[in-house]
Amino acid sequence: MRISRWLAEHWVLGVALLVLGYLFLPIAVVAALSFNRPSSRLSYDFNEFTLDNWRNPCATSEMCEAVLRSVQIGFLATVVATVLGTVMAFALARHRFRGRSGLNVLIFLPMATPELVMGTSLLALFVSGGVPLGFWTIVIAHVMFCVSFVVVTVKARLTGMDGRLEEAAMDLYAGEWQTFRRITLPLVLPGIVAAALLAFSLSFDDFIVTNFNSGTTVTFPMYVWGAAQRGIPPQVNVIGTAMFGVALLLVLATSLAHRARAGGQRRPAP
Amino acid sequence: MSAPAHVPTASGEQPASPAPAARPGRHRFLPYLLLLPGAAWLFLFFVVPLVQLAAASLYDPAGSLSTGYALTWSFDNYPAALQAYWPQFGRSFWYAGIALVLALLMGYPLAYAIAQKAGRWKHLLLVCVIAPMFTSFLLRTLAWKTILSDNGWLVGLLRDVHLLGPDGRLLATPVAVVLGLTYNFLPFLVLPLYASLERLDRRLLEASSDLYASPLKTFRRVTLPLSMPGLTAGTLLFFIPATGDYLNAELLGTPNEYMIGNVIDSAFLVRLDYPQGAALSFLLMSAILAVVFGYLRNAGTRDVL
Repeated sequence: MRISRWLAEHWVLGVALLVLGYLFLPIAVVAALSFNRPSSRLSYDFNEFTLDNWRNPCATSEMCEAVLRSVQIGFLATVVATVLGTVMAFALARHRFRGRSGLNVLIFLPMATPELVMGTSLLALFVSGGVPLGFWTIVIAHVMFCVSFVVVTVKARLTGMDGRLEEAAMDLYAGEWQTFRRITLPLVLPGIVAAALLAFSLSFDDFIVTNFNSGTTVTFPMYVWGAAQRGIPPQVNVIGTAMFGVALLLVLATSLAHRARAGGQRRPAP
Repeated sequence: MSAPAHVPTASGEQPASPAPAARPGRHRFLPYLLLLPGAAWLFLFFVVPLVQLAAASLYDPAGSLSTGYALTWSFDNYPAALQAYWPQFGRSFWYAGIALVLALLMGYPLAYAIAQKAGRWKHLLLVCVIAPMFTSFLLRTLAWKTILSDNGWLVGLLRDVHLLGPDGRLLATPVAVVLGLTYNFLPFLVLPLYASLERLDRRLLEASSDLYASPLKTFRRVTLPLSMPGLTAGTLLFFIPATGDYLNAELLGTPNEYMIGNVIDSAFLVRLDYPQGAALSFLLMSAILAVVFGYLRNAGTRDVL
């Protein structure tokens, strides 16, 4: 009786852990393959343990150039998209004006459009306009599909904010600029940081839109795609594992810092 | 937004919603200034290209990239493209639909467990849902190629328990493609669902069971209706990219599993048949929009059992 009751209470957790296992299975494979010495270039099976790939991640220099290029593109696209999107989010959350609903549709549509359609339509534009495809067309495309995500993320933070804090600052004779810099910006900053991280990860990992607009420029996903046809060097898995580790550490560090701050606030004043 | 003269001065008006604070009249141009760069970017690089693509879909199919295209309003491109590629079209929606059902079966319990049962492990488990996305999409899909490969442990196990015949395989079958789709877009389903279920008031569930509703009935009459917004958002966030995807079919399938995305990709990048590629892109987009709006209409009004 007791066991069946416990099962009724907790079976959902069991299923959830299984699903999480499913989500992590390929990550484990990527990590394992980063320590693999493949038997042949086209083999995806585990053969022999080695540390060589980690000691020498840039054995294929094209790959490291592609990673660097992806970081550059991601950085540029993130900066532009975060600035444009944050400013738009402020206008949408704080002001009423004509054409608001039309603008909301314009921001929503890129998120609801298949990436394939965005990629092909931009290609049609660039080709008919005679724009040479390459580094900058990729940046333009990435900014385009990142902006909407930035707007949505920052706007969510802005609308969840307590407006009375700003009113209080104004009541205490803070000027508009001072209120913005000392009250509004610090409160919105977590939202802006989250939006920037989202934009970077969207840009860094994008394949479909990039594939149509890159010309001969090779980003990291483009490199992996090309290599998949002729045999993937095991170092690709080193980059994949390292990326995973760095991102995980970043997220855990911010959540720990958040928890520490929250804990500090809860403590009663001496 | 090109007519700032019509802007109502915020100070004289009562805003319809409480969120936007009243601003002095001298800020009447400010929202337009703030919006201009971003809106211009989206207009130039999202709206204009779509119009360009629409024009391209009506080009004379006899033209080519080197000789140039003439806009001849050849609406015939659409039926011709559909006729040539309807199997791939149907397959896209079929595969994405099965993957969606699988993802719901896995994603709902996961989102529910994190939101309602995980207690202080909530945030850690949420990070675990997002974490797989830290590794490149392509690498994860290639990892599935390893897992499903003919001499991998999974195929061996399934052969031993006779779920697969001695020559049965997983890789290069529809099963692999659907599994890949389910895997790659599952987090997009789980996150909005979690957001909805997290706000679910547990007292409502207790009230339901106090009133002698069985757990199943509580789920159907309380939990499921209250999680509808997240379920709707998650379903769309899953279904839209899954239908347009072609990487899973390319990496885990064979040309027999190709979806419409593979056809569009090769129309633009291999065969250089822009009119056909553009027509197929628009067919894909309008089909998705039709499914989305049909679904939204039903999800809004349907009494959930």
